[in-house]
Amino acid sequence: MQLFPCPFCGPRPETEFHYNGEAGNIRPDGAQVSAECWAGYLYERSNPKGAAREIWVHATCQEFFVMERDTVTHQLAATQTPGFAEHAE
Amino acid sequence: MTRRYSALSLFREGLANQTGWEPAWRSPQPRKTYDVIVIGGGGHGLSTVYYLARNHGITNVAVLEKGWIGGGNTGRNTTVVRSNYYYPESVALYGLAHRLYENLSGEINYNVMLSQRGMVTLCHSVAEMEIAARLVNAMQINGTDAELFSVEDVRRVLPNYNFAPDARFPVLGGVWQGRAGTARHDAVAWGYARAASRLGVDIIQNCEITDFIIEGGRCRGVETTRGAIRANRIGMAVAGHSSVLAAKAGFRLPINSYALQACVSEPVKPVLDTVVLSPGTGVYVSQSDKGEIVLGGALDRVPSYGQRGNLPTLESVIAGLLEMFPSFGQLKLMRQWAGIVDVVPDSSPIIGESPLPGLFLNCGWGTGGFKAIPAGGTLLAHLLATGRHHDISRPFDLDRFTTGRLLDEAAGSGIAH
Ligand SMILES: Cc1cc2nc3c(=O)[nH]c(=O)nc-3n(C[C@H](O)[C@H](O)[C@H](O)COP(=O)(O)OP(=O)(O)OC[C@H]3O[C@@H](n4cnc5c(N)ncnc54)[C@H](O)[C@@H]3O)c2cc1C
Ligand SMILES: [Zn+2]
Repeated sequence: MQLFPCPFCGPRPETEFHYNGEAGNIRPDGAQVSAECWAGYLYERSNPKGAAREIWVHATCQEFFVMERDTVTHQLAATQTPGFAEHAE
Repeated sequence: MTRRYSALSLFREGLANQTGWEPAWRSPQPRKTYDVIVIGGGGHGLSTVYYLARNHGITNVAVLEKGWIGGGNTGRNTTVVRSNYYYPESVALYGLAHRLYENLSGEINYNVMLSQRGMVTLCHSVAEMEIAARLVNAMQINGTDAELFSVEDVRRVLPNYNFAPDARFPVLGGVWQGRAGTARHDAVAWGYARAASRLGVDIIQNCEITDFIIEGGRCRGVETTRGAIRANRIGMAVAGHSSVLAAKAGFRLPINSYALQACVSEPVKPVLDTVVLSPGTGVYVSQSDKGEIVLGGALDRVPSYGQRGNLPTLESVIAGLLEMFPSFGQLKLMRQWAGIVDVVPDSSPIIGESPLPGLFLNCGWGTGGFKAIPAGGTLLAHLLATGRHHDISRPFDLDRFTTGRLLDEAAGSGIAH
């Protein structure tokens, strides 16, 4: 079992966390959003192999945060509180 | 040299001290150019090159595999073959695969050990029985051999199941597909490779694609660890690594990569002669021809390219199995492993030309593409040969994510695998 660091609660078991999407996937805004643009936001992903910046939520305390980790080794690099623009959904 | 596999050739080779067998496929040096190259030597890549030669007469073809053929998800999967899907588009696709599987061993002269032992998807509540009845109706209308099972029917095929009054996952019935079953995964990869090689296709292993050659906005070839190789049309069937190659080609895909794990017990005498899936416990299980209990469950919850799988999912799969079959608690686990699967939001594959002209996709099979290998190959071969969709692949084009015509099989048939 891997421990993930919740910025609010500290290290907790991975099963308490939920993956919430790639950081920086910003919802398009305005009246003239093309179908392609919506598809990019809703479905297309970078899905990187290696270094990743992701939004996670600690399900027990509902804290949302950015976690930087490696998708091959699962090594954690950093966690931060997301800026407003980085919130997925 | 003995080329054809048969009881007679086995007997003859026995008399000749097994000296006449030739390698199942040729391993030539890659040429500088081909008419068509296919990236990825899993089941989908290998069946594609076979059908290119067989259905379209295109034999100046190579399949390029970074490791060994079948070493990806094809050689790691739990081999369930079925076609009990919900939407007509999916039924056409998986039905084609199922029918091709039924004749495959004879066609390619390689025993893929298709065992149509039947599969039951269990219902644990009244609500699930209602949905099951609706699903079975839809499947029957679409021409799939689905049957609604009562609890007595389930008892008949699964005498070892936990039918105790205090069972945590009581069974009320299920959905049965009699033509479903299992096949031997390595044999599917090796059999297609051998048949394609005999039709003139080059099977190139230890050849990793590192970049694409793009000229005038078209894909003209690939850079590999064994040099540049050019082709007019290029197919790509690399499962969990689709996004990695797409990034090199300059586009993104609606795919997330996750580890899907499985494990097998020590071999035991026959105890389970069907495939069982319980959406309640999230576990599916069968017994291999060698006697091992083969089981798997849901994806790991952490997006991953680490080809190993993590402990929480393994624990929940085993816990679920023991709720279903308490007697299996005596078994020792022999092996656990994982493959990196390409998960798409609507749980349907992506087949079609990519945003980079000349590069064609076969991916997004996620947790359930073994059963589809003969169809995936037929359809990608059709695209590569003609440049146009087959009627069956059209609905699975990447454009569905822009038009919104998704084929949500996770919601439709409620089964991940
Ligand atoms: C544990 C597990 C259980 C499963 N159970 C079932 C099941 O019961 N029934 C079912 O129908 N499906 C099942 N699946 C899914 C099924 O295995 C896959 O959908 C299917 O095998 C995909 O085949 P493929 O040929 O597309 O991919 P793969 O077999 O993964 O082949 C892709 C190949 O591409 C190669 N490759 C990647 N990158 C490159 C590169 N840059 N250059 C060259 N080559 C490259 C890889 O090495 C690999 O060999 C399961 C999967 C797993 C992991
Ligand atoms: Zn917390």
